[in-house]
Amino acid sequence: MRAVQALTVVLLLIAIAWGGAALIPAVFAVAVPYLALAVFLLGITLHILAWARVPVPFKIPSVCGQQRSLPWIRQQRLESPFTSWQVAGRMALEILLFRSLFRNTRSVLTPKQRLVYQPDKVLWLGALAFHWSLLVIVLRHLRFFLQPIPRSIQLLSALDGVFQLLVPTLLITDVLILGALLYLLGRRLFNPLVRYVSLPADFFPLLLILGIAITGILMRYVDKVDLTAVKELALSLTVFHPTVPHGLSPLFFIHLFLVSSLIAYIPFSKLMHVGGVFLSPTRNLPNNNRARRHINPWNHPVPVHTYAEWEEEFHDKLKAAGIPMEGDD
Amino acid sequence: MYDAGKIVPGLVLFLAVVTFPFWLNVANGTSSAAPKLELPKGYTRCVEATPVMRATHMELLNRWRDLAVRHANRVFTNSNGQRYVRSLTGTCLGCHRDKKQFCDRCHGYMGVTPYCWNCHVAPKGGAQ
Ligand code: HEC
Ligand code: HEC
Ligand code: HEC
Ligand code: HEM
Repeated sequence: MRAVQALTVVLLLIAIAWGGAALIPAVFAVAVPYLALAVFLLGITLHILAWARVPVPFKIPSVCGQQRSLPWIRQQRLESPFTSWQVAGRMALEILLFRSLFRNTRSVLTPKQRLVYQPDKVLWLGALAFHWSLLVIVLRHLRFFLQPIPRSIQLLSALDGVFQLLVPTLLITDVLILGALLYLLGRRLFNPLVRYVSLPADFFPLLLILGIAITGILMRYVDKVDLTAVKELALSLTVFHPTVPHGLSPLFFIHLFLVSSLIAYIPFSKLMHVGGVFLSPTRNLPNNNRARRHINPWNHPVPVHTYAEWEEEFHDKLKAAGIPMEGDD
Repeated sequence: MYDAGKIVPGLVLFLAVVTFPFWLNVANGTSSAAPKLELPKGYTRCVEATPVMRATHMELLNRWRDLAVRHANRVFTNSNGQRYVRSLTGTCLGCHRDKKQFCDRCHGYMGVTPYCWNCHVAPKGGAQ
């Protein structure tokens, strides 16, 4: 049901793009992408700045290895970082290879009704395949936005098409992203535990990106578009002299509208994990509590009256009563 | 704001990376016009209508290749009933003699590198 709601929204977006682009192409080719990009940039900036205003009261890295201790005990630098460089290494592993997801487990009941936890590397593999493919696809799309096209982007495209199957060449990342998205979607649909905790906001991004990937692949293999027209539009947008060339197909407008919807949606959704991963206190703080004091920036100035001051204040009375004091003997 | 010394530069870097096609193209004064192609002299029409060719010539060539090589079917009749020999070098480059100023120029613009020329030859007539 929740998946159906999300699917309905995606289909609605497709219908809007289809109908709208036929009536007012300039709005869908120029105004919508500009607006979506503005919402994306502004939204991410404000969201990050809002996060930056939240204090971190404690140093709370969640670690999973031996911390720095006595010289003869080996520290696990990446699992329990002590210096900023070690934190950087840990963050890089997390961001580039999803280190913590690698430890993902799943709970299963054995036939004898015993609960056991098993490693579940499939989710890690699916997530990795999806995110890396997305990155490579976005980088390859730079061919529409840059003139001349940098060698590195050309090389990336050549590597991606290294199998040289089909015309146009089969791209490895297209296969990977479709497979990974279908797996991630299937996991939410068919695993009862995950389905129970899945909301429309979990299905929507998956279906939206699936829609983007499918329209892109259709443009490449089924309903061919005039790519020179696409590049003219893309370049004209980047130099702020938008022109809408002839020959853009409805499929292209759907692709572009779904992409615009996606980037405008990012700042308001769980997709903000793009920025959030960098600001996770459990990841980005060093485990050096004992060596370096973490001052809670939130601390309200509290009037303190220490024991020494108290003793000083009642010195004479305490002395007269013969009560032993720490201060003077 | 806390940790502004790290968060603000990180944010600025992110914004710069995301928008770099914009400022790069504006700074370079990149023209958005597609490159001028050297069209064959003495002909007015391609084997199919120009918009069709522009979008689907790779599929046409792929079909030609399969039909010619696998089914020995080398005669192509277009939508106007005109006949052409299914041949990459002979037909396409028979009219589009200057591969550099035509195929390559557009492919360079779009970042496409067909591997056909590993085996097929382009006519010597045009600038190689
Ligand atoms: C108007 C621009 C343009 C011109 C002119 C042009 N091409 Fe292309 N060609 C393209 C584009 C764009 C693609 C990539 C299509 C894609 O990736 O979907 C392509 C792809 C191809 C491919 C498939 C390559 C692959 O690896 O996918 C072949 C083969 C090809 N062109 C041959 C030719 C030949 C031969 C000529 C000259 C007679 C020519 N083209 C002229 C734009 C052009
Ligand atoms: C009879 C000569 C002739 C043959 C054969 C021919 N072309 Fe063309 N082609 C032309 C002409 C003339 C034009 C320009 C048409 C126009 O001005 O609209 C053209 C245009 C094109 C275009 C569009 C260029 C643009 O303006 O964007 C492409 C792509 C193309 N041809 C590829 C091919 C390919 C691939 C083949 C082989 C399958 C081929 N041509 C065979 C004469 C020919
Ligand atoms: C491995 C070498 C090789 C590559 C790479 C190659 N071809 Fe060919 N091609 C051949 C051979 C060999 C023939 C058979 C020649 C014949 O029977 O006339 C042929 C025939 C053809 C024919 C029909 C005959 C003719 O005269 O053109 C077409 C069309 C064709 N190839 C298109 C392509 C296209 C398009 C590409 C790139 C996407 C390509 N080929 C890449 C080797 C190659
Ligand atoms: C989040 C951003 C985007 C994603 C994930 C995405 C995804 C895809 C995918 C998976 C394909 C299939 C072919 C390939 O992998 O190259 C594709 C093709 C395509 N995309 Fe996108 N896209 C995005 C943004 C855009 C934008 C902004 C444009 C507008 C310029 C665009 C225009 C195209 C075109 C024209 C094709 C057809 C390419 C071809 O025929 O080779 N895409 N897209």
